[in-house]
Amino acid sequence: MTTLHLAVVTAGVSQPSSTRMLSDRLTAATVSALRAADPSLEVVTEVVEVRDVAHDLADNALTGFASPELQVRLDAVSEADAVIAVTPIYAASYSGLFKLLVDVLPKESLRDVPVLLGATGGTARHSLAVDHALRPLFAHLGALVAPTAVFAATEDWGGDSAGLLGERIERAGSSFARLVSGSPRERAADPFADVVPFDQLLARSGR
Amino acid sequence: MQFGIFTVGDVTTDPTTGRTPSEHERIRATVAIAKKAEEVGLDVFATGQHHNPPFVAPANPPVLLASIAAQTERILLSTSTTLITTTDPVRIAEDYAMLQHLSNGRVDLMMGRGNTGPVYPWFGKDIREGISLAVENYALLHRLWREEVVDWQGNHRTPLQGFTSTPRPLDGIPPFVWHGSIRSPEIAEQAAYYGDGFFSNHIFWPASHTRQMVQLYRRRFEHYGHGSADQAIVGLGGQVFIRRNSQDAVREFRPYFDNAPVYGHGPSLEEFTRQTPLTVGSPQEVIERTLSFREYAGDYQRQLWLMDHAGLPLGTVLEQLDLLGEEVVPVLRKEFAALKPAHVPDAPTHAGLLAAREQTAGTTDTRTLEEAS
Repeated sequence: MTTLHLAVVTAGVSQPSSTRMLSDRLTAATVSALRAADPSLEVVTEVVEVRDVAHDLADNALTGFASPELQVRLDAVSEADAVIAVTPIYAASYSGLFKLLVDVLPKESLRDVPVLLGATGGTARHSLAVDHALRPLFAHLGALVAPTAVFAATEDWGGDSAGLLGERIERAGSSFARLVSGSPRERAADPFADVVPFDQLLARSGR
Repeated sequence: MQFGIFTVGDVTTDPTTGRTPSEHERIRATVAIAKKAEEVGLDVFATGQHHNPPFVAPANPPVLLASIAAQTERILLSTSTTLITTTDPVRIAEDYAMLQHLSNGRVDLMMGRGNTGPVYPWFGKDIREGISLAVENYALLHRLWREEVVDWQGNHRTPLQGFTSTPRPLDGIPPFVWHGSIRSPEIAEQAAYYGDGFFSNHIFWPASHTRQMVQLYRRRFEHYGHGSADQAIVGLGGQVFIRRNSQDAVREFRPYFDNAPVYGHGPSLEEFTRQTPLTVGSPQEVIERTLSFREYAGDYQRQLWLMDHAGLPLGTVLEQLDLLGEEVVPVLRKEFAALKPAHVPDAPTHAGLLAAREQTAGTTDTRTLEEAS
């Protein structure tokens, strides 16, 4: 039986949070699509509520190291086989807290990692923020960003369009599942276990 | 085991009075602090090297240390750190060999890369080349102190043909070198390769990280045949504020902590003391915390503390040194000595290296005589 580690980063701040609701639904859709494709697959999901470590993130930005509480969450994201990242849209972009988390992730930790993007906002007029703000950020990180992302406006949770949000989530989840079940990521070398021998460091310099 | 202090020489406004010392005051205070360190029985005084405000005292470490050498008798003078990346290794070789002569061998050095981005371009270097600069420049420095005439060519400075660094190291023995690094495994590897010391300034970092770096250095020290892993030469940074009563220490230090240039306005004092080696409390608490470093760093040779930053007034720093020298270090000396196995060496000193060489030479002479007879 294979195990897949899925990290879910969710950056809503209210309780209950529509960002968290969207995260949970995207997670459920992804997991069920993965299990449908491979019933023997075990999916371990770790949810990172950015709000819980908001102060720790600011501290890390200032001191350069993570508190134990934050470190556990950074490890979950940087060691995941796939990541779902969902943020509220503030002022035409991802939230500041969401970006703080991205800023303190270890370098290269999302390279070649499949990522499903989601965002929430007041009205559908903010939906392009996913493509003009979130997508370039994850392109910079070298992530394998799923082509289908989900933006949920407040009105999507009720009224005539409510059913449509569910369909979009299902579609995003199953498309993401196909991306995830491609080749698993290469693990980065442990710099403490695999040290570059000094003669190689020296050879790169003069004599 | 050596105990001492290291300074970053920052000019910082005292947050409790709003008073900012002048550069002149801060520089004179640094000399007073070094003299006090000797007076209270500490073994080492080390100064940082910076080339930007608010760090004024250590822009010229060899000048500062030469002045201190002239006003002290016994204390070992060191750096924390010497910027091996942006300082010409030829200057380092000559300045510190000179300091060896002036101080009668009371010198060692700690190499570091520095952490302020613009310092690299100010000195014509590229921060992205940091590791390469540290590796190449130190390789040259190592030769300049050991070879009379050096021919050399590298990537980062003009080549040398038939160059002799002067003065030659005192008694032909180069200053002992430590390599300081917080997060680069390459530097632990470099220290291990040469059999030099490794210094982990873990004052801003969690213990788990320090453990990884020190273990890597020890493992590679053994790999390169300098001795067993537990014989490698390790130094640790630390940071304390001491009052006889723990609550008084916390109350007095908190405003300095909250406004400190490096970590101020970030984590709380309580979080920071939990997550890093910072200890604010009674002499007994400082003793216990310091002894606990051994649990993850092994038996180590040098403990330095940061005592004089964040705007603490000179009077307070001198009181801190009294407490450190009278109530903390004597106990730590005894406790660490009792714990240390016999095969673990002390940190090398000029006197020790000289004695070892004379002993070796003596053995050779005896053998020659025996062979002759």
